[in-house]
Amino acid sequence: MGNRTFALVVVAVVGVGFLTTRLGVNQYYYFAGYVILQYIVLATAWNILGGYTGYVNFGTAGFFALGAYTSVVLIKSAGAPLVVLLIAAGFVTGLLGLGIGYLTLRLRGVFFSIATLALAVVLETVAINSEYVGGARGITISRPARSLLFGSYVEFLFAVMLLLALLAIAVAWWIETSWIGRGLAAIRDNEEAAECMGVPTLRLKLVATTVSGSLMGIAGAPFPYYVTFVDPLSTFDLNYAVNSLAMPMVGGTTTWIGPVIGAVLLATAQQVATVTISSELNLLIVGVVLVGFVILAPEGLLGLVRRVRGR
Amino acid sequence: MAGALLEVEGLTKRFGGFTALNRVSLHVKAGERFGLIGPNGSGKTTLINCISGTLRSEGGTILFTGHDITGMPAHQRTRLGIVRTFQIPKPFASMTVLGNLRIPIEYAAHRHGADAVANAMEILELMGLAAKAHVTAAALTQIEMRKLELARALAAKPKLLVADEAMAGLSSGEVDDILTILFRLNERGITIIMIEHIMRAVMRFSERIVVLDAGDRIAEGTPDEIVKNPAVEKAYLGE
Repeated sequence: MGNRTFALVVVAVVGVGFLTTRLGVNQYYYFAGYVILQYIVLATAWNILGGYTGYVNFGTAGFFALGAYTSVVLIKSAGAPLVVLLIAAGFVTGLLGLGIGYLTLRLRGVFFSIATLALAVVLETVAINSEYVGGARGITISRPARSLLFGSYVEFLFAVMLLLALLAIAVAWWIETSWIGRGLAAIRDNEEAAECMGVPTLRLKLVATTVSGSLMGIAGAPFPYYVTFVDPLSTFDLNYAVNSLAMPMVGGTTTWIGPVIGAVLLATAQQVATVTISSELNLLIVGVVLVGFVILAPEGLLGLVRRVRGR
Repeated sequence: MAGALLEVEGLTKRFGGFTALNRVSLHVKAGERFGLIGPNGSGKTTLINCISGTLRSEGGTILFTGHDITGMPAHQRTRLGIVRTFQIPKPFASMTVLGNLRIPIEYAAHRHGADAVANAMEILELMGLAAKAHVTAAALTQIEMRKLELARALAAKPKLLVADEAMAGLSSGEVDDILTILFRLNERGITIIMIEHIMRAVMRFSERIVVLDAGDRIAEGTPDEIVKNPAVEKAYLGE
């Protein structure tokens, strides 16, 4: 994917996004759009580690929730503005990402994945037992009254998430097209051979886990303002882990556009299903689609397109 | 020893209670064609793993151009010039042949952009793989994979090339192909350690040979001396 295509996509997304905030559309669409954009961030972040590097992270919910709870702490203790929340959440979850990066020294393949899942469970237990952030009961967060330039605070959050999605995509694109991306691909293909060909595997894996974790946390940072009520059940939701893995798989894991396509398709389908059929159907849709793709198009939609074109 | 490129001194490696290498020492001179042989399970690949840095030894030291590299991670040793191939080829399967070479060219030899591509094509030309430059590595045949393994190692600009059974599973004509290439590389000044089971190839190629058996160094000498050595005969054939 060339630089120009990428720039075009970015401009188009920004244009459409900001136009909608001017059209006075139904507030629901901002709610739904926010969720879709949030999944673009999560899926893109997951893909930096899972798709580019080949380490499957089942702990997305843990990172997302840690980002959300970092916000809760800062809102409650200092009434910090959103920018500070985003930066702080990115920093804290980046550190956690660095931590799981060191896990890759000893744990590979499915063992790494199990460890990340366990990590999310541990964090959830900590959240449930932390009275300061509401414990198992949860905590109510009130939104700031003002929302400069925007008609409502939800519109403002929608615009913020749009920028975050673009940030995530830009980071993924940069990694993918740089020497870092080629090094990560070598690790994914064969870690031992990569190390023996001069690739500093540990350092690159730490970059991948830190960046990936940090972006997941940033996606969770505005969450308290979005829902105005934060509890362990909604933040550590398995949906995050399953979706952020399924979306890149459906779209294609080798390029930045894959997770974006997957996130838009799956998240939209889920939103539609929630409104028209039932909110419980979400995971079933993801499950069925994922199984279908694993069997019929293991390299995702992009791989499918490439295969059809290749014939 | 003066003029030694690689000096391995008293190297010991244990896997649990099993001693895979028992105080093994060897010296390889700059520009030398060095053979390492021994029956299956004698510790050849373990020794190579310790020299290339993918395994850590429990005791002993490894010096390369006089510098202690015993605790150095593998990728830094590669950058210093110790480059290995794998017994079972480990290509970067999702990349093209050219892409495979680009990794060591960027990461070990530190050349970028058009310069890197030109360098890669030069190496592929030498290895007779130029026509396959844009083919995915996963689609190569056995001999092509072996050649890619060597080509990729060359792309890292080795001073010392460690070829771990680079000819396993090849026909005798293909063995000659690889031998010719290795001789040519040696003429260019690359020191080569050859680990091989194909005696015809090692005997022809090596100037000096070290024999390992059950983690011990049992013999060292020229190919002629090794053939006549009773300890070597015993290790391979029994009494």
